[in-house]
Amino acid sequence: MAITDVPRFPDTRSGMLVVVAAPASDAHTWNLLYLQLLLQELGHTVANLGSCVPPDLLVETCRRYRPDLVVIGTVNGHGSHDGMRLIRAIRQDPGLAEIAMVIGGKLGTVGATDAPDSHLTGTLLSAGFAAVFGATDADVDSLCLFVEALALQRTERACHAGR
Amino acid sequence: MPADDRSAGFGEFVLAAHRRGKLVVQPRMGFSDPATMRRGLLATRHAGPTTVGTLTLDSFTRTGRHDDARACLAGGIELNGYPIVAHGAATTAAVLDGVAGGSFPVQVRHGCAQPEEIIDVLLRAGLDATEGGPVSYCLPYGRTPLRESVRSWQRCCDLLAAHRPAAAHPPAEVHRPAAARRPHLETFGGCLMGQLCPPSLLVAVSVLEALFFRHHGIDDISLSYAQQTHPVQDEEALHALRRLAGELLAGVSWHIVVYTYMGVFPRTPAGARLLGAQAARLAVRAGAARLIVKTAAEAYRIPSIEENVAALREAAAAAEDAVPAPGTPEAGAARDSQTYAEARALVDEVRQLHADPGRALLLAFERGVLDVPFCLHPDNRGRSRAYLDAAGWLRWSELGALPLRGIAEPGRASPLTSAELLDSLHHVQRTFDRAASDPTRAPAPIG
Repeated sequence: MAITDVPRFPDTRSGMLVVVAAPASDAHTWNLLYLQLLLQELGHTVANLGSCVPPDLLVETCRRYRPDLVVIGTVNGHGSHDGMRLIRAIRQDPGLAEIAMVIGGKLGTVGATDAPDSHLTGTLLSAGFAAVFGATDADVDSLCLFVEALALQRTERACHAGR
Repeated sequence: MPADDRSAGFGEFVLAAHRRGKLVVQPRMGFSDPATMRRGLLATRHAGPTTVGTLTLDSFTRTGRHDDARACLAGGIELNGYPIVAHGAATTAAVLDGVAGGSFPVQVRHGCAQPEEIIDVLLRAGLDATEGGPVSYCLPYGRTPLRESVRSWQRCCDLLAAHRPAAAHPPAEVHRPAAARRPHLETFGGCLMGQLCPPSLLVAVSVLEALFFRHHGIDDISLSYAQQTHPVQDEEALHALRRLAGELLAGVSWHIVVYTYMGVFPRTPAGARLLGAQAARLAVRAGAARLIVKTAAEAYRIPSIEENVAALREAAAAAEDAVPAPGTPEAGAARDSQTYAEARALVDEVRQLHADPGRALLLAFERGVLDVPFCLHPDNRGRSRAYLDAAGWLRWSELGALPLRGIAEPGRASPLTSAELLDSLHHVQRTFDRAASDPTRAPAPIG
């Protein structure tokens, strides 16, 4: 897929700029729409890349727009494998080191469990994800807390830089 | 080839049943193992009701990853459908031998934006009925550019249309019964994202895809519509679809196919059965000829053959109990309605953009004349929005550049919240699970 596929971004921005995306093998989008609305309600600007995002498209988008946060949402059970490819691609670029990246949803393939197992979580965290979430209501709360803490951190940093 | 192959093709079979007053019921069945697939087809054929068979393909085949499908087959890993390309034409012909034929036509269902290989294999296996469309199998899945999907579907229509007695087969093969039939193509445009799309857009895309098929030589077509959130609105939509097909598809043999709800399904088996029965009643009332049946289990796993057969029988029983809407179907279809007015406006505007239906579709999405709510595909404008009103009808909240000003009044001013989105997506599930647990709250049979 061409990396010229970088999407339209909102013209006006408030809060942080957050990119939402699904990994390359995942065609589900209702979860991404939900994440978009949730993040907008927290006061942030969202660029929704949609489903089946290959690593080069995510890297190109991040280079061009320098988001504060990337949220990878996946529900097809294979998302962790493709999620690893996404985080590696982003972490290989030293220029993108400041961008926080998280992943969440239904990450495992076994059964109808909504919680990722600790081994998988550990693997994803050590690859560079800042947080790993499951698919429960509690996970949504945790994501919101994470986003608010990150926003606070960014504001403080901006204040220091402005002095 | 099957012995009884000399009779009708897919479309002809369905229309003959429709004339006899029988709703044709069809499963969404697909197994990776050829022997299981064959057993599934046989069970469907002998289920009792008037049925047609289905080969539903797996997700590797849908996305063109045939090597991955082969690796799974070699490793004994079960796929979520029948990998027709990995198995190939000879194996598939053996699966169908003595099962598929004029009294039991079989359709391939896939979900692929660029299905040339799939079409090639199914034709060589002796089949000639499938479904999809340049818009409906592109925008909801992945990021294949719409332009490439349109090109692919032109090639696929050409492949199917060329599969004719005079054109494709030398005299030695004229005895091949498949060559005597008309290839059949069904639009998937009546489903799109599966939920939260106002029915007028589903109807319009279904009709526009049918016009695209006809332009590329297909003259045996079915037009789909997926059950949405309210039976009265759905009936209105099906009448609009019938009327538009009658008005615009001259020279084509066509019928209407209803899909049982494609969104978030009830959790309880009883709720799923109520929803399925409502789909069957809807199909009969609105004069549809065929129903795609779902099982209660498929929200969680691949349903068994027995579960598929049970669901077919339940749907057929519900259809037997239903009566067509008062008056002739033609009278119902002739009624003016909000859905018809909107769908007609959308279809007319798109047709004015270009004489070639494929180019017209591309221009329409570029300009937002067609704009699917909640669709994140890069080639969809994403300026239209829909919502579920208090009565359970799907309405427009934002029109974007859709040519519906003065026709549709966008309701509600406040933007959709994340909680409302979740609530809307689960509306049908909630309604039917509640109805199943408390019969006094059962959704009233329409009419």
